[in-house]
Amino acid sequence: MYNLIGAGMIVIGGGIGLGMIGSKAMESIARQPEAAGKIQTAMIIIGALLEGLAFGALILGK
Amino acid sequence: MVATKSIKFLVVFVLALTSFTAFAQEDVVENNLVDSPDEIREYIAHHLKDSHDFHLYTDNASGTHYGFPLPVIVWTSNGLKTFMSSAFHHDDNGEVIVDKDGTQIVKYHTKIYELEKGATALNFDEEQHPTNASRVIDFSITKSVFGMLLTGLLMFLGFGALARGYKKGKTIPKGFSRVLEPLVIYVRDEIARPNIGEKKYRNFMGFLLTVFFFILILNLLGLSPLGFNVTGQIAVTACLGIFTMVIYVFSGSKDFWAHTLWMPGVPVVLRPVLAVIELIGFLVIKPFSLLVRLYANITAGHFVVMSLMALMITMKAAFGPVGSTGVSLILSIFIMFIEILVAFLQAFIFTMLSSLFIGMAVEEHDEH
Amino acid sequence: METLLNDFSVGLFFMQAFILLILIVLMRKFAWKPILDALHDREEGIQNALDAAEKARLEMQNLTASNEKLLQEARIERDGLLKEAREMKDNMISAAKEEAEVQANAMIVKAQIAIEGEKNAAMAELKSHVATLSLEIAEKVLGQELSSKDEQLALVDSMLAEAKLN
Repeated sequence: MYNLIGAGMIVIGGGIGLGMIGSKAMESIARQPEAAGKIQTAMIIIGALLEGLAFGALILGK
Repeated sequence: MVATKSIKFLVVFVLALTSFTAFAQEDVVENNLVDSPDEIREYIAHHLKDSHDFHLYTDNASGTHYGFPLPVIVWTSNGLKTFMSSAFHHDDNGEVIVDKDGTQIVKYHTKIYELEKGATALNFDEEQHPTNASRVIDFSITKSVFGMLLTGLLMFLGFGALARGYKKGKTIPKGFSRVLEPLVIYVRDEIARPNIGEKKYRNFMGFLLTVFFFILILNLLGLSPLGFNVTGQIAVTACLGIFTMVIYVFSGSKDFWAHTLWMPGVPVVLRPVLAVIELIGFLVIKPFSLLVRLYANITAGHFVVMSLMALMITMKAAFGPVGSTGVSLILSIFIMFIEILVAFLQAFIFTMLSSLFIGMAVEEHDEH
Repeated sequence: METLLNDFSVGLFFMQAFILLILIVLMRKFAWKPILDALHDREEGIQNALDAAEKARLEMQNLTASNEKLLQEARIERDGLLKEAREMKDNMISAAKEEAEVQANAMIVKAQIAIEGEKNAAMAELKSHVATLSLEIAEKVLGQELSSKDEQLALVDSMLAEAKLN
C-alpha cells in the first residue's frame, strides 16, 4: 500500500520535471528553430537522467 | 547476395523451430485457457522472466507445447551438470525432479534449485520460498542467452557484409548495408564525437557501436512475436552498465581523478566529502541509473503491450468479443509504435549517456 | 529491490558478460575497424577532392587576376607611352615655335637695324644732296640775274624738279 503511494508521488514528481523540461525545450525551439536538433538531444538527455532517478526510486521501493 | 543469405538463414531458423514442435506431447496440462485476471497477471509475469526453453505457444486443447528445449548448464555442489530443459517436462513448480548423477535438480518459478541430500520433494515456507533447496549458478543457454547469441549472429552477418562491401572497393554500400551505414555514422557523429571529443573518440567506438546495436536489436527482437525479453532482464542490463563503468573508470584521465578525489577550488575540509560523493556517483549511481533505466523501460513496455493485448479477454464481458478485440488491437498497435520508438530511444540514450560519462572521464582540463 | 535481487541471475550475468566481451572483440576486429576505416577514407577522399577543387578555383582566380594585372600594366604602359609621345610632340612643336619666334625676332631686329642704317645713310645722303643741291641752286641763282621775283621762283621750281631726290 505504502509503496503504491510512494510510486504515485514519484510519478507526480517525475511528471512535473518532464513537463518543465518539455515546455522549456518547446519554448527554446520556438525561439530558435535552427537549434532544434541540439535542443532535442539535450532535452532527451536531461529527460533520461530524470527518468533514471524516477525509475531508481520506483525500483528501490518495489 | 546478403539478402538471399538472410532469407536462407530465416528459412533454416523457422524449420529448426518447427522440427522441435512436438517434443513434449505426452505432457498434459490442465485444459483451461488463460482467461482470468490472475492467470493473465501470472502469464505476463512469466513472460517477463527468463525461461529455460524456447516456448512459442501452447495448444491447450491438445496440451501440446510448440517450441524447442534449450540446454541447461548448472554449477551445483557436485560440479557442472548439463542436460536439455525438456527433462523438466515444462514443470515450473518444482514437482519434476531431475536426477543427474545423484544431484537432485528442480525448477521452481524459472529458477533452478538443487535439493538437499535426502529430500524427495521441494518444501516451502509461508512466503513460497523453497526451504530445503539451494540456488545453483545457472549458466544455461536460456531464452535470453539464445536471444543474445542470435543478436550477435545477426550483427556479425549484417556488419560483416557492410565491412566486406567496403573491402571490395565499393565505396557505396548496397542492399541492407545501406540502412546500417547511416546508423553507424549517426553513432559516430552524433553520439561519440561531440561527447568524447575529437581526439579520443576512436578508442571507444568499438564498445559504443557494439552496445548500441546490441541493445537496439535486442529491444526490437523483444517486440517480435518470438517473445524475447532480454533487455528486460536485470542481469543483462546490469552487465551493460558495469561494462560502461569499468570502461570509464579505467580510461579516466589524471585530471579526472584529481578532480574527483581532491577537488581544487573548494575548502580543504569539504574535499573528502566531495570525493566520497563523486566516487559514489561514478561507481554506483551512474551505472545503476543506466541499468535501471533500460530494464524498467523495456519491462514496462512489455507489461503495457501484454496488458493491452489481454484487454481482449478482460473486456470481453463488457464489449463483446468483436468490440474487445478491436479496442485491444487498436491500443496495442498504437503502443507498439511507441515501443518501437522506445527501442531506438533506449539504445540511443544508453549509448549517449555512456559516451557522456566516458567523455567526462577522459576530458583533459586546461590548467586553472 | 528484493524482487529485483531475487530476479538477478548470476549465471545470466556471466553469460552476458562473456558474450558481450567476445562480441565487442570480434565486431571490433571484423566489422567496426574496416567500416570506420572505410568511412574515414571516404570522408578524407571527399575532403581532399573538395580541397583540390577549392585550390584549383583559387589558382584559376589567381591566374585571371594576374592576367588582368598584366593587361592593366600593359594598358598603363601604353597610356604612358602615348602620353610621353604626345608630350614630346608638344615639346618639339613649342620648341620649334619658340626658336622660330626668336629667329624671327632676331631677323626683325636685324632688319630694323638694317632699315635704320639705310635710313640714316639715306638721310645723310639726302642731307648731302640737299646741301649740294642748295649750293648748286644758290650758285645758279647767284649766277643768273635775278630780275623778277617770278623768274626767281620759276627757277627754284625747275631746279627742284631737276633735283630728283634719289
